[in-house]
Amino acid sequence: MKRLTLPIRTLPRLSLPVRGLAAVGVLTLGLTACSSGGTEGGAGGDGATDSTFTWWDPYPQHDDSSDWAQRVQACGDEAGVTIERTAYDTTALTNQALLSAQEGTSPDVILIDNPAVSTLADTGMLTTMGELGFETDAFDENLLAAGVVDGETYGIPIGANTLALYYNKAILDAAGVDPASITDWASLDDALAKVAATGNKGITFAGIGTEEGSFQFLPWFWGAGADLTALDSPEAVEALSLWKGWLDAGYAQQSAINNSQNTTWEEFLTGTFAFGENGTWQVNSAAEADFETGYIQIPAVDGGGAPAPTGGEFITAPVQDDEARYETTSQIIECMTTPEGLVETANTFAYYIPPTEPGQEALLEEHPELQTWVDAVRDAKGRTSDDLGTDYPVISEQLWTAVQNALSGAMSPEEALSAAQQAAESATS
Amino acid sequence: MSTTSTPVGSTGTPGGASGTAPVVAPPRRSPRPRARSNRWAAAAFAAPLLIYMLVFYVFPLYRNLELSLHDYTVRAFVQGDAQFVGLEKYREIITSATFAPAVRNTVVFVVVSLIFQYALGLALAVFFRNNFRLSGLLRGMFLIPWLLPLIVSASTWSWMLNSDNGIVNSVLAAFGVGQINWLTSPTMAIWSVTIANIWLGIPFNLVILYSGLQNIPGDVYEAASLDGANGWQQFWRITFPLLRPVSAITLLLGFVYTLKVVDVIWIMTNGGPANASTTLAVWSYREAFGTGQPDFSPAAAVGNVLILVALAIGLLYLQLQRRQEKS
Repeated sequence: MKRLTLPIRTLPRLSLPVRGLAAVGVLTLGLTACSSGGTEGGAGGDGATDSTFTWWDPYPQHDDSSDWAQRVQACGDEAGVTIERTAYDTTALTNQALLSAQEGTSPDVILIDNPAVSTLADTGMLTTMGELGFETDAFDENLLAAGVVDGETYGIPIGANTLALYYNKAILDAAGVDPASITDWASLDDALAKVAATGNKGITFAGIGTEEGSFQFLPWFWGAGADLTALDSPEAVEALSLWKGWLDAGYAQQSAINNSQNTTWEEFLTGTFAFGENGTWQVNSAAEADFETGYIQIPAVDGGGAPAPTGGEFITAPVQDDEARYETTSQIIECMTTPEGLVETANTFAYYIPPTEPGQEALLEEHPELQTWVDAVRDAKGRTSDDLGTDYPVISEQLWTAVQNALSGAMSPEEALSAAQQAAESATS
Repeated sequence: MSTTSTPVGSTGTPGGASGTAPVVAPPRRSPRPRARSNRWAAAAFAAPLLIYMLVFYVFPLYRNLELSLHDYTVRAFVQGDAQFVGLEKYREIITSATFAPAVRNTVVFVVVSLIFQYALGLALAVFFRNNFRLSGLLRGMFLIPWLLPLIVSASTWSWMLNSDNGIVNSVLAAFGVGQINWLTSPTMAIWSVTIANIWLGIPFNLVILYSGLQNIPGDVYEAASLDGANGWQQFWRITFPLLRPVSAITLLLGFVYTLKVVDVIWIMTNGGPANASTTLAVWSYREAFGTGQPDFSPAAAVGNVLILVALAIGLLYLQLQRRQEKS
């Protein structure tokens, strides 16, 4: 399983080990169990190990002999220190980060999923990039936004990925659909109707009741012009009605309601679906499919590319007792985010689009076919942007609940979204 | 986990107390130096157990209570300055829109699971009591649900019950039944996870009830059959009454296990669609670990409510047992 980048995609599975502990009396057991593990990783306040810097990332699939680990090590060498790298599963990483902060044993650098940055920043455990002495001007503003809380930048993206529509060329050809003609929702609906007429399945997406469900719904939500601060707006209803309409018309299957992004991708790979909504991380897998595939940007309601949510990790630097460490930390981050470094990161993680313009140009030189993804990432939007910060997870939970309520037929899209808006308002006020 | 430990702990405590009582008692009768050193020795022997209980039972329970009485946001969790809010979190969960459906789902899930697990487990146990050729092998095969990792069996169930590509629907379609949205319909989802859970729980009931049956002497049945009792009468007049103590403990353990089930439901539906298959345990898990924003306090509050329910059932069991012993 490729599990880089978009942690939420694998969230239900990753949380498995925790689940046993979690059962009921739960978190106490879980947290106390974790806290003993938390201490060993941190070297923060330990003066004796000054030349050892600790680095946590969510890439356990890359072991110490991997290119990734060696690049991290090389950047440490360049800064004249040894880096002790520990890899955690994505969900475990957030918990470990919180626990280490509670105990004052935070590592020097944490690579963390972008929506978690504002949550960690809110606890006061992260330094701002200003305090660290790191320049952030080079980074695309829309990508950097997820790391910005109240005007302060708490992290920088090491790469970004987002969603687009993969298509199955043979099925579209048989239905007489030119993918280039799909520029808005009407032409997409039209294409789906033509595909359905040939007896093929239209589209697969992930409507699961987790962060992944919100992640997949957001391009349509934002593409309709809706805003996360008003879940019950007519635009939001239009977006949800689009999904519901696909289910009712048989363009999409009932099982989409419980699909995770992995399941959706497996469905698409069966070769029986015309379209599959999925992310940059599947580019390699799509190229290896038994049928010819392609991808288009997700269209907005009246044409143009819809803003899709960005995925990807941020480099953050937790607060240390010894502020002298910041200079070295900054050097390490600098080394990891040079244009060449970003292209290497992109290649390591199956096309993580670089967050800076020089990086994007360097990547396109190597891989011109990724133009669609670079465009999509430039149009993309951080989930915690618009100053939502720590309100985002609360709103997101209501959003995916509304999607599930509407798709399963428990409520109409209007009812589901207005219930969601009420719940979100009372939870964030 | 701690739900299980609570009732077990509570049933254990009286036993533990009576166990230590005689050790402490002798010194009172003969307060000599040697007796005093005996007391120290006794304390030393008891210490590991006491420490174990404190660290693994009392502390987690205390911490869970503390979490539920404070307002632990993520920020407060790190800074350690959570505000004391009393029973506010409990009020919050009880007035939450999720509470009523979660209680309803929990009742359906637990009661229906228990009835079917017990009935089917007992039927199979009685069936296997008559040793026949290959009965051992067959009985072993019935244990498979128990041996499979839950991630495997729950995933398999969710594939089988898939609306569009699941084997259950394709078999039903062969008999002309239309598509049933097992996991995605708001009315069906809770029943689907209950069915999966019944299947998972049968082996447990089978094993315990079967071993209970071994303790019923065969000559009772012989005497009954001489008196002309048929199989049905033998079951209701002999097997069922003599199995009552074993049945009670099976049901009690089953209740506690079922009450705290998260994994099966989480893997199959995530408690969805929306909240349609969310039980109290799933709700607690989701609040703490299922969203991008860990909400420890309400999660702990829901967890404590579950502990109380399990404790109440445990006490009820003790009461019944005591009455039975008296009569």
